[in-house]
Amino acid sequence: MDKMPKWADVVLIPLISLCLALIVSGFVVLAIGEDPIRAISIMVNGALSSTNKIGYTLYYATNYMFTGLAVAVAFHARMFNIGGEGQAAISGVGVAVVLLAFDWPHWTIALPFAILGGGLFGAIWAAIPAYLQARRDSHIVITTIMFNYIAAAMMGFLLNGILKNPNSQVAESVNFPAGAHLPTIHEMLAPLGIGFSKSAPANVSFLLALFCAWLVWFLLWRTRLGYAIRAFGHSPHAASYAGISAFKITMIAMIISGALAGMLSINVVMGEQERLIQFFVEGAGFVGIAVALMGRNHPIGIILAALLFGMLAQGGFELQFEYPEISKEMVLVIQGTIILFTGALDYMVRKPVEKIFARLREGQS
Amino acid sequence: MTLMQKFLGAAATMALTAGIAAADPAIIFDLGGKFDKSFNEAAFAGATRWAEETGGSFREIELTSEAQREQALRRFAEGGFNPVVMTGFSFASVLDAVAPDYPDTKFAVIDVNWLDQPNVRGVGFAEQEGSYLVGIAAAMASKSGTVSFIGGMDVPLIQAFACGYVQGVKSVNPDLVVIQNMTGTTPAAWNDPVKGGELTKAQIGQGSDVVYAAAGGTGVGVLQTAADENILSIGVDSNQNHLFPGKVLTSMMKRVDNAVYEAFTQGVDMETGNFTMNVANGGVDYALDDNNAEIFTAEIKTAVDAAKAAISDGSISVHDYRADNTCPVK
Amino acid sequence: MANENLQERQETVAPAIELVGISKAFGPVQANKDISLSVARGSIHGIVGENGAGKSTLMSILYGFYKADAGEVFIGGVKTRIPDSSAAIAAGIGMVHQHFKLVENFTVLENVILGMEDGGLLKPSLAKARKLLKELSDEYELSVDPDALVENLSVGHQQRVEILKALYRQADILILDEPTGVLTPAEADHLFRILVGLRDQGKTIILITHKLREIMEVTDTVSVMRRGEMTATVKTKDTSPEQLAELMVGRKVLLQIDKKPATPGAPILEIENLQVVDDKGVERVKGVSLEVRAGEILGIAGVSGNGQTELLEVLGGYQKATGIIRVNGEEIDLTGKYSDGQSRRHRGIAHVPEDRQSEGLIMDFMAWENAIFGYHNEPAYNKNALMMDNLAIRAETEAKMERFDVRPPNPKLEAKNFSGGNQQKIVLAREIERNPDLLLVGQPTRGVDIGAIEFIHQQIVELRDQGKAILLVSVELEEILSLSDRIIVMFDGHIMGERDPANTDEKELGMLMAGMETDGGAA
Repeated sequence: MDKMPKWADVVLIPLISLCLALIVSGFVVLAIGEDPIRAISIMVNGALSSTNKIGYTLYYATNYMFTGLAVAVAFHARMFNIGGEGQAAISGVGVAVVLLAFDWPHWTIALPFAILGGGLFGAIWAAIPAYLQARRDSHIVITTIMFNYIAAAMMGFLLNGILKNPNSQVAESVNFPAGAHLPTIHEMLAPLGIGFSKSAPANVSFLLALFCAWLVWFLLWRTRLGYAIRAFGHSPHAASYAGISAFKITMIAMIISGALAGMLSINVVMGEQERLIQFFVEGAGFVGIAVALMGRNHPIGIILAALLFGMLAQGGFELQFEYPEISKEMVLVIQGTIILFTGALDYMVRKPVEKIFARLREGQS
Repeated sequence: MTLMQKFLGAAATMALTAGIAAADPAIIFDLGGKFDKSFNEAAFAGATRWAEETGGSFREIELTSEAQREQALRRFAEGGFNPVVMTGFSFASVLDAVAPDYPDTKFAVIDVNWLDQPNVRGVGFAEQEGSYLVGIAAAMASKSGTVSFIGGMDVPLIQAFACGYVQGVKSVNPDLVVIQNMTGTTPAAWNDPVKGGELTKAQIGQGSDVVYAAAGGTGVGVLQTAADENILSIGVDSNQNHLFPGKVLTSMMKRVDNAVYEAFTQGVDMETGNFTMNVANGGVDYALDDNNAEIFTAEIKTAVDAAKAAISDGSISVHDYRADNTCPVK
Repeated sequence: MANENLQERQETVAPAIELVGISKAFGPVQANKDISLSVARGSIHGIVGENGAGKSTLMSILYGFYKADAGEVFIGGVKTRIPDSSAAIAAGIGMVHQHFKLVENFTVLENVILGMEDGGLLKPSLAKARKLLKELSDEYELSVDPDALVENLSVGHQQRVEILKALYRQADILILDEPTGVLTPAEADHLFRILVGLRDQGKTIILITHKLREIMEVTDTVSVMRRGEMTATVKTKDTSPEQLAELMVGRKVLLQIDKKPATPGAPILEIENLQVVDDKGVERVKGVSLEVRAGEILGIAGVSGNGQTELLEVLGGYQKATGIIRVNGEEIDLTGKYSDGQSRRHRGIAHVPEDRQSEGLIMDFMAWENAIFGYHNEPAYNKNALMMDNLAIRAETEAKMERFDVRPPNPKLEAKNFSGGNQQKIVLAREIERNPDLLLVGQPTRGVDIGAIEFIHQQIVELRDQGKAILLVSVELEEILSLSDRIIVMFDGHIMGERDPANTDEKELGMLMAGMETDGGAA
């Protein structure tokens, strides 16, 4: 009954979009007189050709998985959470407060508490706009955007104030205790005899991201709460008929969303920087929107989209490094084109593909 | 296993190919980007000047993510670039951690002068001293008795600018009023000329007739508005007197370009250790040229030069906000 | 009504519309299959068919919304291409949509000239339209105040504006899509008088409807569509509702329900002085009191928008209200913590809502997910405090779909992929199988195929015979009259009166629905 098979929806269409995006960015590169094939191959190699590069790709992908999942959960309850950026930033405070509170003996003990701290702070930052939406009808898009700015100001205030490392000129906290160090992929694989780049930032948070993806799937499609969230998201009117509380769902979905966005600081603040710095989110909250869009708000799709965006981030850096004629701005254009095609211009590809499948089906019958 | 070998093999080849460019210097620009009309751009100017004068070539990269700091440092060091120069205090902790891994590579970092590594050259600036000098000029040029300061992002560095400026103003007349505003708390504050203009107008409304902008790209809006509203302004970092001739009283020059030029020129034999660029060694100074000769009167020049000499010989000590995160005057 | 001499003469001239071999497919769905149709000038032609039979698609092709895959259109004997709606207007075709396309805060005149202004200035166009409007209203009983704002007009008057719009565009052929769905019987009769007047002036009218009574009353010829095909075109006087129904469904259909007289027991639902003010501050229900007993069906008749919807919403637990409601003798919470849908269900109230597409079902959910909607918290559907028991739900749904003859009986199919009738059966199965004390039923057969109507009515009567109380709300008087044991008519938030279905008729109910007292009194 569907217009096309599921695999076409989930795999084929993003793939076609990606190819189209590469062709268009190829022309842009050509237009400034550079070699598009070389540029693309540097990007792909730059993302995957060594364990160091894979380590960076996975590090970025981890961030995008968290923020993508955050956007998706809110989206299933028909809310557009633009506030991943701010929720992640504030969650960093939660992680820092937890990790600086004790001299943690081992990361396995520190991690659950850091997750609690980061998740709680992110959730609170999402819960306020949720409350304003549920009770005061303030549009969540507007409030979450405003809360991004408030979060940025808060971070500046805290890191220039009580959280500031007194021995540093920079707005940053003191380093976390050594016992809070999360194992990197290098440290995780070394005991197994597998070599992996020592300096790559990817760490155990990548596994946490995969676990969160499973958790989101389980929540949405296996639990009563997920059922209610999806029902509310599809039709708030029907949900009220069924006695599903709009207030409850709005609050819970946003709290989960904020907590997921907050997991980003486990990867960045606890895993990579090992101290709280001011601007560690770096747009990952916004990239999460594109990731969720491209991943069709499904955890599997989000994992794949996040990996792609991770490759773009790392490949883009290498492109700038290896091909100095292609500037930072040019890299942004290429990344932007890919986001545009895979996210926003989805329907451009979808319609023709649907038609082709309809033809094929007619041919069969 | 085979896959892993393939990756490792590829990594080795990459390292080899990168090695071809050995012994060229490299520069890493901070997140603001190299065309920030301010700090990074001054560094870029210094590097370009070196390349033009020596005919040498250098590699550069602009960061887009915090995680890339370490990545870029390692890539350049492993690629055999030497020295590797970076702009901005945000590199401090990363460099401190990475430098020991590459004892044969020399690193220079601008705005950081507290690291203790054998292969690191730290170059700091006594911005408070330069700001003190322009503060004197502002106080003497003001007719209303009120002058003002607009900072970029609210960080200790900019507080040091402000504090030095206020000290200079108050040294002329303790009763003068100094209005201070910061543009914001995010990096966007470095590049918001519209808000810079609005703040300037607000300060003019409160009586200011000389405004000092230490705000990167935001400062362009400040200078523009000051010129439009017919009050005086003071530029920062590079000599900005030419932007609005006859309207810019002077500029507080912070010679980041010289610092980069110097590091590149010394090359692989670069002297390491911590250096402070101050009034005494010409690292910070005020600007006097044809564009401001008429407004920068002889009387002002005499007073400022006297202060310059006194700072150089130590008879005046300008307080650095960064030393204790406080400013003795408001 | 038809003037036979006139008609015979007209059949010798070219037909107003002739369709030859029209086909249209949407993906795998063949919406129109090789359809040919000829409509004589100066006649009213009805097109009947169940939902999804292809009526709307055919008319959309004629009006230029869709492009036919194959086939030709002749207007007045001339082959005409209709790529868009402006081409249709140019060819003299006017369309009155089911949902009006009027600018609410414009006056009638402004709406009529909208898009047909003669130049940069409005005044000459308005003057011209005013003159024409006056002529038309004298001729065809199309009287509308030209300076009234559309939002202040009744639905019937708004429809007249739509017709005036088409006539102003010099339409010779008028297509009306389900025009009586929103009208009271009196308004519908008025509309028919207008249509007959237009027909007698030589206009050609195509009437799309699913109400066989209207077809019999007003049309000259009628075509029946089924599954994308035109199954028959007959003269109206040569056919009967039973025959048309059979042509539509493809089998014999019982139009009347066989039911035993009710044996009412104890009161299940008692409402005293119920008042509802909606979110916009408008008073919707103004002091309604009523009672439904075990083993009886109370039908509430009324034009939609007169408070019935809000009454159902209050009982269903998603509209706040003041007053007293007792279920099985116990008062229920109307504003507090226990006034939600979950609490109502615990009280033994089941609810088949009026709008199954936006309330009763989640169209993107699969059938099995919909089959527990509202009851998803029940222990039977949950493995533990957290997880739902998806397998058990699916198995139960499959059995339910079997019992209620839902086609296709595939619990994994999304609700939107079922026909209207089958969607309604899913809702009905869910609500009836709860074995409720009180069943609320809103518009049970709206948009439902004739074949399924029969089944749904039987289910409701069966539940009554098991001694349950049923509150039925419907705008279809036929349905109210044939199902109810008692009838209440609502108008403007009040109860206009109560009637015994045996002693009343559509005419009397129609007057009550329009707010006019009759001398029937309580039965």
